[in-house]
Amino acid sequence: MKNRNVKSDGVIKRIIALVSPYRIQLVFSLVFASAYVALSLFAPIVSGKAVDAMVTKNTVDFDAVFRYAVIYSCVVAGASLCQWLMTHLTNIITYKTVLKLRKDLFAKITDLSVGYIDSHAHGDILSRVINDVEQLSDGLLMGFSQLFTGILTIVATIGFMISINIPIALVVVVFTPLSLFVASFIAKNTYSMFKKQSEIRGDMTSLIEESVGGAKTVNVFGKADDTAEKIARTGEELRKCGVKALFFSSITNPATRFVNNAVYAAVAILGAFSAIKGGGITVGQLSSFLMYANQYTKPFNEISGVIAEFVGAKASAERIFNLLDEKSVESSLSGEILPENVRHIDFASVSFSYSPEKPLIEDFCLSVPYGKMIAIVGPTGCGKTTLINLLLRFYDVNSGEIRLGGVPVKELELNALRRNFGMVLQDTWLKNGTVAENIAYGRKNATREEIVAAAVRAHADSFISSLENGYDTVIKEDGDNLSQGQKQMLCISRVMLSLPPMLILDEATSSIDTLTELRIRNAFDEMTEGRTSFVVAHRLSTITKADLVLVMKSGKIVEKGTHTELLKAGGFYKTLYESQFETE
Amino acid sequence: MICICEKRDSDMIKLLRYLKGHRAESILGPLFKFLEACFELAVPVIVANMIDVGIKNGDTDYVLMCGGIVVLMGLLGFVSAITAQYFAAKASMAFGTELRNDLYRHISSFSSSELDRFGTSSLITRLGADVIQTQAGINLILRLLLRSPFIVIGAVIASFLINVRLALIFVGAVIFLSATVWIIMRKLLPLYTKTRKNLDGITVKTRENLTGARVVRSFAAQESEKEEFDAAADGLYTSQIVSGKISALLNPLSYSVINLAAASLMWYGAFSVNIGEVTQGQIIALLNYMTQILIALLALANLIVMITKSTSSAARINEVFAVSPSLEDGKEALGEVEKIEFKNVSYKYPGASGYSVKDISFTAKRGMTVGIVGSTGSGKSTVASLLLRETDPTEGTVEINGRRLKDYTFQSIRSAFAAVPQKASLFSGTVRENLLWRDKNATDEELFAALKTAMASEFIGNDLDRQVAKAGTNFSGGQRQRLTIARALVGRSDVLLLDDSASALDYATDAALRKAISSLPGNKTVFIVSQRISAVKNADMIIVLDEGRLAGTGTHGELLDSCPVYAEICASQTSEVRNEK
Repeated sequence: MKNRNVKSDGVIKRIIALVSPYRIQLVFSLVFASAYVALSLFAPIVSGKAVDAMVTKNTVDFDAVFRYAVIYSCVVAGASLCQWLMTHLTNIITYKTVLKLRKDLFAKITDLSVGYIDSHAHGDILSRVINDVEQLSDGLLMGFSQLFTGILTIVATIGFMISINIPIALVVVVFTPLSLFVASFIAKNTYSMFKKQSEIRGDMTSLIEESVGGAKTVNVFGKADDTAEKIARTGEELRKCGVKALFFSSITNPATRFVNNAVYAAVAILGAFSAIKGGGITVGQLSSFLMYANQYTKPFNEISGVIAEFVGAKASAERIFNLLDEKSVESSLSGEILPENVRHIDFASVSFSYSPEKPLIEDFCLSVPYGKMIAIVGPTGCGKTTLINLLLRFYDVNSGEIRLGGVPVKELELNALRRNFGMVLQDTWLKNGTVAENIAYGRKNATREEIVAAAVRAHADSFISSLENGYDTVIKEDGDNLSQGQKQMLCISRVMLSLPPMLILDEATSSIDTLTELRIRNAFDEMTEGRTSFVVAHRLSTITKADLVLVMKSGKIVEKGTHTELLKAGGFYKTLYESQFETE
Repeated sequence: MICICEKRDSDMIKLLRYLKGHRAESILGPLFKFLEACFELAVPVIVANMIDVGIKNGDTDYVLMCGGIVVLMGLLGFVSAITAQYFAAKASMAFGTELRNDLYRHISSFSSSELDRFGTSSLITRLGADVIQTQAGINLILRLLLRSPFIVIGAVIASFLINVRLALIFVGAVIFLSATVWIIMRKLLPLYTKTRKNLDGITVKTRENLTGARVVRSFAAQESEKEEFDAAADGLYTSQIVSGKISALLNPLSYSVINLAAASLMWYGAFSVNIGEVTQGQIIALLNYMTQILIALLALANLIVMITKSTSSAARINEVFAVSPSLEDGKEALGEVEKIEFKNVSYKYPGASGYSVKDISFTAKRGMTVGIVGSTGSGKSTVASLLLRETDPTEGTVEINGRRLKDYTFQSIRSAFAAVPQKASLFSGTVRENLLWRDKNATDEELFAALKTAMASEFIGNDLDRQVAKAGTNFSGGQRQRLTIARALVGRSDVLLLDDSASALDYATDAALRKAISSLPGNKTVFIVSQRISAVKNADMIIVLDEGRLAGTGTHGELLDSCPVYAEICASQTSEVRNEK
């Protein structure tokens, strides 16, 4: 997937396509930008003329001053209005594009295969939705308008200056960019200091994570002083190199100001000389010049900033488009809706592997009549979840077929298929929201009574009631306010409420103690009664009760049969059984 | 300007105490910034002289001299500026370092209830990113916050020196401009906060749909997830547009205000020139000052936005400082532990509606092995943390040798109790460093013995210098648990507490471990907190907890008959218990 990158010129084309619904706004924003630049640069000329109309005592031309003052006011007001309109239009274009991109990206995420999400770092995908979109909007859209006004400002300033006096104009044009070189020189030379600083910052971050993460241990061992000492030591290192990095990088502004100051002095001297020698420059014009000289660096700084961001923004755009171009799961929306009461499951010579080099399930056949309990056992990491992945079409089989009620699952409407399964996994995912919202996740219109009833049956009601706001307690994103076991019970309540005809249960014994588990298993028994269930089994009692036990080993189903049959066969299951349940 | 964000600013001000030790730098920084502003403000006056004297008299030497002075002013300004930056960098970095040290010391004085209240990840953010952000804010304040007012006030003073009447236009312009910036910023800052919140909302939503991909799909909830995301994204769009509209006003409005003032300066200036009060060069200087005021105030507005980011970090830091640790150190030294007694102990988490444990009483004598069993949420861990004085009981008392636990010093409690916490946290460094936590002077032989008892020799061998990565991530869960057990076994201790510390071990290792611990020398009192009946079965006394209450105490045999909860737990683990000898 990674090498299927969007081509560079393709990126620009697609960005243009993104913005094209707003071309009218765009055209207007460019018009207003041009008007703003022209007017704001014209203002110093007007003020210069006004200055020329008041040379000495008793010679002031009041009519002219009045006229120029009025023109000046109008020019300024016009420039302001244009600037506001330009910014506002750019905002609209930018934020609308951002909105559309984010919605598209999110929709893509919900359509992606679970396989894609499993195999890509979540932080990376998240960063495309949040940071890359931001970078694209800042860099390309806002940047575009800055670039446009910047270039226009430079061109217009040069034009205005040349129209007044060519030699002085040349001085400004040639020497002002010096400040840019100074800035980039400093940036280059402070890079290594920043690099070192970020390294030490990294050390500090791990130190903090470890010390705060293990705070209780630190306290119980009375090691707070030692740890504080460690943090102080790293902090001291960070301080030393931080002062250097901060100091040297902050020289940039004063240094560019100094260069500008020198150019300013040169303009003043040259201007004064040519005024004295009658070189065709008036005092007012000199004042206009000085203002231009003062502002001339600004567009350069902006443009160099924009160009630096362009590169990043284009990379961001590529990352965004690459995600948008990922293949969605094929859901045959037009496919068949699952027939009621036909829930016979068939695995017909199913083969599957996550990667071609490592074959997992090969030629697997199984027929599960409705209402049976299938237990899946095997050592940790043997791929017990693979079957679940295939059943719910989180992954698709490589060959063979899984059929539900005789219909290949690929031909079923995806959501109709999934609605027939209820799932309780070891990984206890809850969404940001209240306890009640989470329980009602599968049935949004459930009443409070139904929610409570489901929680009661999952033995979750008593702990929910003891929470600060009961069923309205908000579960934080990291679920910090609940224990792992409590989260698991909420997940069970969630399935209890919708109670689909087929169940997939991962007996998560790692987080729930045996007594609670016993209670939950009673609830499970009630749930599985008369339903098909696939149980990843950790406990003997489940296995003995199961209609069929599938024994898995390094991704493969090595044996199948009932508990007694398998014990009798004396194969891998027997060894496994003995090591797991009999060794004590 | 300062009062725009009163409440948040006070957060920053509270932290200014960390600059105290760097008073000189904190004063010298802004002082040199002030000098720089003075040199900058001198330039228009010099240029005015150049025009009024040099050009009028055709004096090229004078012009050159003035030009030279302008360059000199620039140079002096440059030197002052970098001096100011140096002091600001020094003071702000020192500020950050001291703030971090203090904040960490404060956090390490927290009991577990305060730690739980904030949550680990939130404390890490505060100690990490928030300290850095606040430090950056201080640097900006020292370096730039005063520059703008200096320029503005300086420009107004300069205008008064040139001509009092025209200076009144400056006063008016500054008042108008400040009011404009102030009003816009006041509207804008809350909107920025709202925008940030909205962005957080869509971040959470996205992350949720990645981590919960399977669940979302299994409930076929994609459509409703999309709707929720779209609503959040629309909210973000609206707040961006609203704040964008207002922030787009800032530049044009200030530009208009200052330049309308410039227009009136031309008009009234013309009169002053006509009567000979003011020269043409001075008018140019005045127009120049107008521009400088505009640039300074806009820079200030930008700066305020940046500083608000720091003030919200400062607020988060102050929240931590505002919480004082609930535990005070005792005064008595705890000698050998003969008797541990819980007398009607109840504990309620701050803010929780119900008790975590209620009315627990038991007595453990020296040398006993005490098991504590119960289901999730039964209060086992609460009892353990009360025993270690990680927190104090809400009601009742925990007593050792007949005195209240809180009368003893932490130091002496820590050396009498060796604990293996539920969460097996190790710390980066070497295995040896980790093992020396309880006793700095332990010999290698003692460490090897501890490793052996904890069944950790098999993977550590003789390599005490083996590196431990951050939080011990280079070891498996089971290995980490065994290392934390070994850590607790080093050095003298009267009481050993194992809080569910064998959960990642297989049954065989667990059993061997218990055997090794029971044959440890010294007459240790051992507490074993566990969900496994097999772990506590042979204890001298078993304490059974059920939903925070004491369901029974006694030996395995006694409890099987007398305690239905215990019998039920046993029944749920039959296969394991049955097979145990």
